[in-house]
Amino acid sequence: MTAIAPDAGQPLKFGRIRPGQILIWTVLLLGGLLMITPILYMFSTSLKTASQVYDLRLIPAAPSFDNYVKVLSDGNFMRWFLNSSFIAITVTLSNLFFDSMVGYTLAKFEFRGRYFIFLAILSTLMIPTEMLVIPWYLMSAQLHWLDSYWGIMFPGMMTAFGTFLMKQFFETVPDDFLEAARIDGLNEFQIWWKVAMPLVAPALSALAIFTFLGNWTAFFWPLIVTTSRELYTLPVGLSSFSDAQDTRWEMIMTGAALATIPTLIVFLVLQRFIVRGVMLAGLKG
Amino acid sequence: MANIELRGLVKSYGKTTAVHGIDLDIADGEFVVLVGPSGCGKSTTLRMIAGLEDITAGTLKIGGEVVNEREPKQRNIAMVFQNYAIYPHLSVAQNIGFGLYTAKLSKAEKDQRILATAKILGMEDLLKRRPSELSGGQRQRVAIGRAMVRDPVAFLFDEPLSNLDAQLRAQMRIEIKRLHQRLGTTIVYVTHDQIEAMTMADKIVVMRDGRILQVGTPTELYESPVDVFTARFIGSPSMNLVPGKAAGDTLTATGATIAGLDSASASGDVLIGVRPHDLVVGEAGASGLSLSGAVTAVEPLGSETLVHLDIAGTEVIATAPGKLVPKVGSTITAAALPGSLYLFDATTEQSLGRR
Repeated sequence: MTAIAPDAGQPLKFGRIRPGQILIWTVLLLGGLLMITPILYMFSTSLKTASQVYDLRLIPAAPSFDNYVKVLSDGNFMRWFLNSSFIAITVTLSNLFFDSMVGYTLAKFEFRGRYFIFLAILSTLMIPTEMLVIPWYLMSAQLHWLDSYWGIMFPGMMTAFGTFLMKQFFETVPDDFLEAARIDGLNEFQIWWKVAMPLVAPALSALAIFTFLGNWTAFFWPLIVTTSRELYTLPVGLSSFSDAQDTRWEMIMTGAALATIPTLIVFLVLQRFIVRGVMLAGLKG
Repeated sequence: MANIELRGLVKSYGKTTAVHGIDLDIADGEFVVLVGPSGCGKSTTLRMIAGLEDITAGTLKIGGEVVNEREPKQRNIAMVFQNYAIYPHLSVAQNIGFGLYTAKLSKAEKDQRILATAKILGMEDLLKRRPSELSGGQRQRVAIGRAMVRDPVAFLFDEPLSNLDAQLRAQMRIEIKRLHQRLGTTIVYVTHDQIEAMTMADKIVVMRDGRILQVGTPTELYESPVDVFTARFIGSPSMNLVPGKAAGDTLTATGATIAGLDSASASGDVLIGVRPHDLVVGEAGASGLSLSGAVTAVEPLGSETLVHLDIAGTEVIATAPGKLVPKVGSTITAAALPGSLYLFDATTEQSLGRR
């Protein structure tokens, strides 16, 4: 039997599967298992009692939702959940607005120093967060932003990555679209908002997902900048289930399981826009 | 509607000058086509008229008013772009209505104007569709609709048909011409396609290297080109050029016989031009130009056949009646009558008149 040529364009049939195909599927399957196993264990542990936590069976002997009831009835958890929601949503909206505005300016306007500004923004990508935490902390202390929502949010309100991503996407928007709007009488802000932004919807969706997830799961900086328990974000709050004497894994896993829900919603909602955006971007002139 | 006046218009990008001080008068309601090869400055000139490029020097007047410093939106002109520039996220109605974005009209008035425009373009059934659901020609109509809906003083077209296939291009040429006849609005149209220029224009402006070479009606340009470039650029297939010599009263050319024609004031090296449609396969006449050479290729077009001949190393195209298709490799004679020859100075390439 002749093997199907890679460019044959025919659907694969049973009995014609190539060895390479089997290898690819095996690797993908192993990769998938590797990624999903911790999540399955997270859900499994959330259904166990404290004494069953180190029993590594995936399906608990006596599954129970008691942990969920305990976590949700604890006022702190809901507070942390709302804190994380507020911070992640605010920072995401801020990034969508400012990153795209700066990206658009760098992509579509000619001005002196444009390249230098772009390089300066890019260079901040090379600095690890751990190095930035000290200046951020000193700045927050001097401006009395410690232990406040603003203190948690300000370092991420605009990012070099987001600016870079948006600049790259805006460069793909044909100038004719913007010039047509200019002739139609729109001002520069209206052109950006009404014409350019809808055309980079896929990039905005991607940026929204990255920013929301990054801020939803942020731990290091919120831990440093907050001291009041009521200002904790969800990851910081969940870590408080662990102390020098004890780590309550079943509670941490229950909180973590609940914390995945908003991220799943964000991804499912925005994924639609990404697909639609790719279709729009594929429309030929 | 308005007239447009260009006086000494210059566009420079740093040390590079794209447009070298051009002068042009476009009358109210006139259809003017700027034509020339890529990089000749025709699009830059159009963009200066639109206000999308700053004017380095010179004066631009629209409707008698100097508009050099005015923003595009203040010039009340509309532009149709090569790639249509219609927004994929908006419906046809929203795209057409985009031209009214800043108009101080009620929604009902806007809707009425959108519908009226769509009717003129035969698109009233497509108003709710997205651009992705339209054909190339329909997208082009939407772009024209967006320009029309504002009732501008002039339309600017920047190679609007380049993305269409040959058949649709021919159809859209007629549609744009009809639209001009119906609206009577001034149109400045940029193209590199001389057929578009010839078929649509009231006045053609031939440009090269940022300068205007010749301005005239299509017939004037075809009949009386000022130089070799214009002569070869206008007309399809391009004009044949045979190197020759003018001395005293006689005109001679390598591989050709010229009888009954004098060189008049010309002397020295010349280029003798003859359009393929004037050079007909058959016996030489008593006077005029006759050429004999080997057939290198034939292009039967049905109504006629284009015959490529090798005349002493120069390729020349002649025409033969449709049913006559000479064999490649055979030697044939083609002749042109007196009055159909163009003489050019071989050095300056400027026209020396017709013979």
